[in-house]
Amino acid sequence: MLRLERLTKTFGANTAVDAATVEVDRPMMIGIIGRSGAGKSTLLRMLNRLTDHTSGSVHFEGRDVTALKGADKRAWQADCAMIFQQFNLVPRMDVVSNVLHGTLNKRSTLASLFNLYPTADIHRAIDILDRLGIAEHAPKRAEALSGGQQQRVAIARALMQDPKIILADEPIASLDPMNAQIVMDALRRIHEEDGRTVIANLHTLDTARRYCDRVIGMLHGRIVFDGTPDQLTTGVARDIYGADASFSEEATSTQIDALTRRHQTPIHA
Amino acid sequence: MTDQTGSGPGISGIRDDYMALTRRKRLYSGMLLAVFVALMMSGFMLADDRNAGGFWSGLHRIFDFPEAVIGEAAEKAAELPGHVVKYFPALVETLNIAAVSTLIGALGGAVLSMLSTRGLARWPALIPVFRRLMDLMRAVPEIVIALVLIFVLGGGPVPAMIAIAFHTTGALGKLFSEVNENASLKPVEGLASVGASWGQKMMLGVVPQVSPNYLSYALLRFEINIRASAILGFVGAGGIGYELKNAMSWGQGKYDESAAIFLMLFATIIVVDQCSSYFRDLLTHGRRSEMLA
Repeated sequence: MLRLERLTKTFGANTAVDAATVEVDRPMMIGIIGRSGAGKSTLLRMLNRLTDHTSGSVHFEGRDVTALKGADKRAWQADCAMIFQQFNLVPRMDVVSNVLHGTLNKRSTLASLFNLYPTADIHRAIDILDRLGIAEHAPKRAEALSGGQQQRVAIARALMQDPKIILADEPIASLDPMNAQIVMDALRRIHEEDGRTVIANLHTLDTARRYCDRVIGMLHGRIVFDGTPDQLTTGVARDIYGADASFSEEATSTQIDALTRRHQTPIHA
Repeated sequence: MTDQTGSGPGISGIRDDYMALTRRKRLYSGMLLAVFVALMMSGFMLADDRNAGGFWSGLHRIFDFPEAVIGEAAEKAAELPGHVVKYFPALVETLNIAAVSTLIGALGGAVLSMLSTRGLARWPALIPVFRRLMDLMRAVPEIVIALVLIFVLGGGPVPAMIAIAFHTTGALGKLFSEVNENASLKPVEGLASVGASWGQKMMLGVVPQVSPNYLSYALLRFEINIRASAILGFVGAGGIGYELKNAMSWGQGKYDESAAIFLMLFATIIVVDQCSSYFRDLLTHGRRSEMLA
């Protein structure tokens, strides 16, 4: 289905992603972990064609994605939705308009300039917002929403694209534990109910373990681990993060029950 | 989870509300567009009626002048390098007028902008006075000041320099004061806590924060001033504008010279633009590497 072959990106003398080869044969939820600067974001941005690759190739359903240009490239970007750490919504526009931006690839520039979206699309946008539990915020400006709500608007925009793949670049890194869980649950649900492939960069190990079917570990631009969450032992994790024996994954955990695991005491919210 | 409610019966209400909102917005933008088109049409017709020649009857002649210039310049292409050499000193004079007046205007504008920014002003009660002063400096066209000064002081680069510097002070003062408003007051408070004077607080607390933006506005103003100083040459302030006025008059057969002058002005703007983006990059990137280090 999706095949990355020796995908490489260099910035001057630095190699951000070094010959990444990944094969995805069926829709699944994939978590990419690694420390900051390991090349996780660059990898996702190359898949979406936000960043051009240096060498190698990406094939999706038999088509060479890295060779696409112009309108074909934009059509691929519509098929391959992206969710960002900082949400990347248009802050001064209302929530539904932000979600409707997911259909821009199918609309003419003039029609979108005058906000002329078909009624069916507007209804679908509100339905998607309802599915994510934020329909009552539909007429508000995006900037008036909390971080977790904004990230769900961004997911709604991605769903509006009706994409084949959803890429999520650190979707929960700017959120508190409660909202992080809501957003990750939403992504998991999208994968299970719609059968879409979700590829997420995650900065916490336990999130990857809990939500993903497959985990890819990156270090210095190279893929150093590719397997199931069960195979991801603490020793492997130390290698991925280049850490020593003092490394403990609970120390940086953002999951609410991680506290319970460490102290074995219940917390009262 | 409290914020995952709101589904179910409410959804059709939300749909209807949002559709009503959208229809209202579309109606407003449609009306606005209609008013805009109507005003533009009627305004154009009115202006065209009052025009001496008429827009449509003169339209086909718009390209006569560029055609004549390019035609003549192409005919005498071999003489172009000679013209460039001949007019180069005049170009330097124009550039000097622009540079000196930008420098003086930027210094004056910086001081006036500090005096008229809330939170930074030395005398907060006088903020409106300094603001109106800057408005006045922007309101008087530089060509008027130049004409008056040329009458008093005689022709030459000095009246042009004063006229442009006066206008630049007002224009940059306004832009700089908008930059100042975004500057953080925390360093200023820090310097106040060690007993610094107003001048020290401004120079050491504000200027380091705002200098990249100041530079970028000043360089843009330099470009504008090159053109302004060329225009002032038309009224006797010397420089390349004076030469251009002579070369451009109809029927003198000097269009090759005006083409050379146009090319020189164009090249100058390109050079200034390239230099300014280089220096701006240097300032911002320099800061970035310091921050990473």
